[in-house]
Amino acid sequence: MLLIVVILTFGLLESASGDAVDAYLLSIGGGDATVAQALRQAYGLDQSMMARLWVYVSSLATFDLGWSIAFDRPVLDLILERLPNTLLLMGSATAISFGLGSALGIVAGAKPESAVDRTLSTVSLILYAIPSFWLGLVLSIVFAVQLRWLPTSGIETIASGKEGLARALDIARHLVLPVGALALIYMALFLRVMRSGMAEAWQLDFVLFARSKGLSRSRIVLRHVARNALLPLVTMLGLQSAAMLGGSVVIESIFAIPGFGRLAQEAVGGRDAPLLMGIIVVSAVLVICVNLIVDLVYAALDPRVGASESAG
Amino acid sequence: MTIATLSRRTLLQAGSALLASTALPTFAFAQDAASGGRLVVAADSEPKNLNPAIVASNGVFFVASKVIEPLAEASFEGKDGLAPRLATSWEGSEDGKSVTFKLREGVTWHDGKPFTSADVAFSALNIWKPLQNLGRLVFASLEAVDTPDDTTAIFRFSRPTPLQLIRNALPVVSSVVPKHLYEGTDIATNPANVKLVGTGPFKFAEYKPGEYYRLAKNENYWNKGEPKLDEVIFRVLPDRAGAGAALEAEEIQLAAFSAVPLTDLDRISKVPGIKVISKGYEALTYQLVVEINHRRKELADLKVRQAIAHAIDRKFVVDTIFLGYAAASTGPVPKNAPEFYDASVPTYDFDVDKANALLDEAGYKKDANGTRFSLKLRPAPYFNETKQFGAYLRQALAAVGIDAQLVNADSAAHQKAVYTDHDFDLAVAPPVFRGDPAISTTILVKSGTPAGVPFSNQGGYANPQLDEIIAKAAETVDTAARTELYKEFQKLVATDLPLINVAEWGFITVARDTVDNVSNNPRWAVSNWADTALQS
Repeated sequence: MLLIVVILTFGLLESASGDAVDAYLLSIGGGDATVAQALRQAYGLDQSMMARLWVYVSSLATFDLGWSIAFDRPVLDLILERLPNTLLLMGSATAISFGLGSALGIVAGAKPESAVDRTLSTVSLILYAIPSFWLGLVLSIVFAVQLRWLPTSGIETIASGKEGLARALDIARHLVLPVGALALIYMALFLRVMRSGMAEAWQLDFVLFARSKGLSRSRIVLRHVARNALLPLVTMLGLQSAAMLGGSVVIESIFAIPGFGRLAQEAVGGRDAPLLMGIIVVSAVLVICVNLIVDLVYAALDPRVGASESAG
Repeated sequence: MTIATLSRRTLLQAGSALLASTALPTFAFAQDAASGGRLVVAADSEPKNLNPAIVASNGVFFVASKVIEPLAEASFEGKDGLAPRLATSWEGSEDGKSVTFKLREGVTWHDGKPFTSADVAFSALNIWKPLQNLGRLVFASLEAVDTPDDTTAIFRFSRPTPLQLIRNALPVVSSVVPKHLYEGTDIATNPANVKLVGTGPFKFAEYKPGEYYRLAKNENYWNKGEPKLDEVIFRVLPDRAGAGAALEAEEIQLAAFSAVPLTDLDRISKVPGIKVISKGYEALTYQLVVEINHRRKELADLKVRQAIAHAIDRKFVVDTIFLGYAAASTGPVPKNAPEFYDASVPTYDFDVDKANALLDEAGYKKDANGTRFSLKLRPAPYFNETKQFGAYLRQALAAVGIDAQLVNADSAAHQKAVYTDHDFDLAVAPPVFRGDPAISTTILVKSGTPAGVPFSNQGGYANPQLDEIIAKAAETVDTAARTELYKEFQKLVATDLPLINVAEWGFITVARDTVDNVSNNPRWAVSNWADTALQS
């Protein structure tokens, strides 16, 4: 599976015109043909495509992610440096959008087609339709430039010398706007799924039964309807985690967060095959892990998904 | 852009600012008193190799020039347009085969070792000449560097090398690095290429990838009383809107190299406490150029090239694309290189009728659709302005019956298509004039450069007469005679149009009012900032 991903990525990058040396020469404002030749040799770019693919795949087999051409550093170092920032950003954005989205989805789905439901659905759709760069910029202008409540960009205050809790708070302050922008946009997705799941559940027999039993409305909403609607939401969470890994490029650029998305963007711009493939391999592993966790959660939530199924 | 090429309005502003800074006693007092503090600056790129002795590019100099110094820096007032740095004087021999540098005494490296002529000799012979992107050309015939004592370095050349060229190139090609850290190592992969050690006013303190570079005051800087600042931080802000917002929020105090886009300047100049400065880039003028593939039959015809030159409204380009922050070009040497600039070259007024007439004359009549022929036009993606000019050029060409197909690509793809594969008819490029035509300008038109070299003549143009002038100028030691040759060069380029020079521009610096001594030399953004200060 991973091998297919690697080969496809390699092919795609190979089909893009220009190589890492072209990109580098431009960034330094020119150079002569001997320099280009020497650089291509040093990075093995003068060899055939199949030879380079073979070198890469065989080193990958020994868990060696290789050497980044654009950064002139080991790929693994670069990834380990950037990954925590992205995980923090995406993790908090996912948690907030999931939490807020499902909570509002319950509110909306408690009484489908009510005024509350319509308002929430409309607002969430509008938010979902807003491009993330625009929302990010607007939030930054309002809260960082005009009101000056929060910093405009960065992951933490530069060279502040803060440690421990003070540093954690500082990072949290820097994350409010980017996480807010992402969470507001992704929230809509969870809200919609939750709401429609609940709207459907209201029609089901066991809900009718619960109502006929005379259970209180809030108990029906939370214990029966919402719980049932939560299952597709968890599936959604698994799928979304993959989308979010890639979807952070824009927010990371606007808020100058040194993360995974920006690294991938720089890797493509610099035609840095080892780095880009390293990023994709690590992403693939992450997504596989998240989906494994989601499957386990699924089993816990839904008694019908038995041990035999989750094992298979 | 320079003071000489600015619009009158900006010129007056710059002039009055200059007057105010020297005339008002309170202001002058503030400039003296200000000391200490942390200057935070926007940076948009993180070069993988930060050693300016190897990579002489503006992206590298922006950070590295504060740490590693050249032999001399560009200056508005100094003799020959230079201010001494690690060298205190330079003198060429009659035959052009040697240049003697007297070096500054009492300079130490950041690690405490003394700076001597051995460092200069090592840098020149082992790095500038064999490894540096621009030095390979300037020092091509450098044979040896004699060091009779610790403060004298005599450069010996196998062929006459004009002192004028060496002088003009000094700020860019002569960054000196410590021999004791590089000798006997693989220079290209030396860790000091990232963790710089120099003699400059600031020491390299810290680099957090994706976040910032931190430079700290060098307490033992050779010029006592400098630097004024305690720290300079280059904060990485990749988004075009980020620098402006951070300036307004007072998180950074300065953004150079037009990090604040031109379209935002009007608004941000009205924000209290922020100043917009167009001075300080005179020695790194960028030129907007239409590159021509002379392999295309139509474009090999001079009349067609003249027609294209007449079809471009330079005033529109300057006013609308550059919003006035540029000047129209007349030829391959910009106006702010007064040492070389020649205004008496053939010029091409915006004249659609004339362009049409020339194309008719050349035998390319309009067909039923009003089209004469089609072209592939590739604008370089490096600047907003090059892309916008590409879109404009397409329209301008359509007006004279040339159908230009716009092909946009990212940097690496553009480089490959234009400079390696020659897969273009017209391309828009932003080459840099670096103080002397021999450094990075003649290569744009001379023949014989192999494929794969960016910012060089890859259009297949070959003009023996032009090649001869260029070759002769490269070996002409006499400054006046050499300057005359470059005037001839300009005339020939403007007459034969191997490429079309459209406009020339410098960058814009936006700073908080609290930053003093900004833009006080022609390469300010890439100079050492020893006298830059913050008002407290």
